[in-house]
Amino acid sequence: MSRQHNVLPGFNLALGYTLVYLSLMVLIPLAAVFIKASNLSFGEFWNVVSAPRVVASYKVSFGLSLVAAAINSVFGVLLAWALVRYSFPGRKLVDALVDLPFALPTAVAGIALTAIYAKNGWVGQILEPVGFQVAYTPWGILVALIFIGLPFVVRTVQPILEDLEMETEEAAASLGANRGQTIRRVVLPALLPALLTGFALAFARAVGEYGSVIFIAGNMPFVSEITPLMIITKLEQYDYVGATAVAAVMLVLSFILLLVINFLQAWSSGRVRKGR
Amino acid sequence: MSIVKSAHAHRGNRFESNAATREAPWVKALIITLSLTFFALFLLMPLAAVFSEALRKGWDAYWAALKEPDALSSIKLTLITAGIALPLNLVFGVAAAWCVAKFEFRGKQLLTTLIDLPFSVSPVIAGLVFVLVFGTNQGWFGPLLQAYDLKIVFAVPGIVLATVFVTFPFIARELIPLMQAQGREEEEAAVVLGANGWQTFWRVTLPNIKWGLLYGVILCNARAMGEFGAVSVVSGHIRGMTNTMPLHVEILYNEYNFAAAFAVASLLALLALVTLAIKSWVEWKAEQTVTLEAENEFQNGTPS
Repeated sequence: MSRQHNVLPGFNLALGYTLVYLSLMVLIPLAAVFIKASNLSFGEFWNVVSAPRVVASYKVSFGLSLVAAAINSVFGVLLAWALVRYSFPGRKLVDALVDLPFALPTAVAGIALTAIYAKNGWVGQILEPVGFQVAYTPWGILVALIFIGLPFVVRTVQPILEDLEMETEEAAASLGANRGQTIRRVVLPALLPALLTGFALAFARAVGEYGSVIFIAGNMPFVSEITPLMIITKLEQYDYVGATAVAAVMLVLSFILLLVINFLQAWSSGRVRKGR
Repeated sequence: MSIVKSAHAHRGNRFESNAATREAPWVKALIITLSLTFFALFLLMPLAAVFSEALRKGWDAYWAALKEPDALSSIKLTLITAGIALPLNLVFGVAAAWCVAKFEFRGKQLLTTLIDLPFSVSPVIAGLVFVLVFGTNQGWFGPLLQAYDLKIVFAVPGIVLATVFVTFPFIARELIPLMQAQGREEEEAAVVLGANGWQTFWRVTLPNIKWGLLYGVILCNARAMGEFGAVSVVSGHIRGMTNTMPLHVEILYNEYNFAAAFAVASLLALLALVTLAIKSWVEWKAEQTVTLEAENEFQNGTPS
């Protein structure tokens, strides 16, 4: 079907408007980061982005985002499984509330988590006496990143799990597989592409997260400082060039992640189509 | 997240009533217990904490915190910001979905990816880009804006721009798969019967996409009103002037005025709950429409 045979009007207007608005609001502003960063010589750029405090922030941001995404992958699948396969009282309410991290402003989540895990909070008053401090340590960052990442895993795995045909699992059972073998060899492989997509989405979101983390992190240099906070800190010191250099590193990494996610999604939907 | 969900209703019972596809009772109990404990610990408890902390000093303190002039002006600014960002992204979302879903052209895949781009950018960078473009000292247009005594960064226009950026893809990405799934036969029929472009859009397309549109709008609105990182970079934190509700929450919190911070936060939490309620209702409505259409087609004997 080529465009010439399409009788619908408005293509030029719609595409023109889309391109202009996209360029003005997103592409040109993002280009500003790279243009500004290119004012630096490579040596200067490298000095900024490989400064020990900045490198420590990469470790905190990327390391904890990986751990949070891994934890969410395990519990996200369990939660999706419970929501799709079982009926229990309150199932619909739980299903609706899974999206809470998408709807609750990050700053609100941040202060609420801090209140819970501070030493007089609901959980903090149990954990701190046994010597486990969560608030104002990297553990607190992990808690916040788990909070914001969970729906990504649940919502990518859930529809795939809903679409699995019962007959496939019946066939496995009739061929002599026990339930554990069926789940391990038949169900989980079918879920894998969606699970990887959910993991990557949760990871990408966690790396850039700011609002829910800064309240609970304690923000100690070299210990609990995330990379987005490094950008803010540099901006507050009027170090625009430094902030831009760190931002450029983060942007490149986000773009790579975006490519990976697109690839995973194509793989995932390709497998579903082949399966039908 | 998408309203284009699988048409299957909840089928858990089918799996549970079949001996070949059900887990041992203890496995089921373990999975439900583990997942619901995790859910309660990480999602439910923060929500409960917001309201509990907000009311810790009683209803009088709660109302006083909300009626305070700075709180009221932050509420007003939040409403203004969402009120501008939402229509802008709505018009864009419809235009983008129209050309991507109803036409074939080169670079379509690239365009779809670029539309999603703001989702993968850290909110802090979303704010930074507008400082680089419009900032007084460092921005491209800084000298020009200063010459005309205009302020974008550290003022309301910057807050609106940053909000538009972070909420940019919401409506478009909701409409594109929906309109793609619907195809273009109905619009083509309308045009062949003599309808012009606007008539086709208002009478054929819009009724078909209304649930998806509403879905995108409420999610976009929740993010627009709740955005913190991006807005924080461009706002300048001037009390009563450039503070949105999330920024006001931060200021109160950093002043150790916890009850007031949580009081304002509780309004945002209520907004989140209302958003989720409308979202569930829209999903239910859309599912009903699909089921109804399927039944009609079945009765008329014309499966498509």
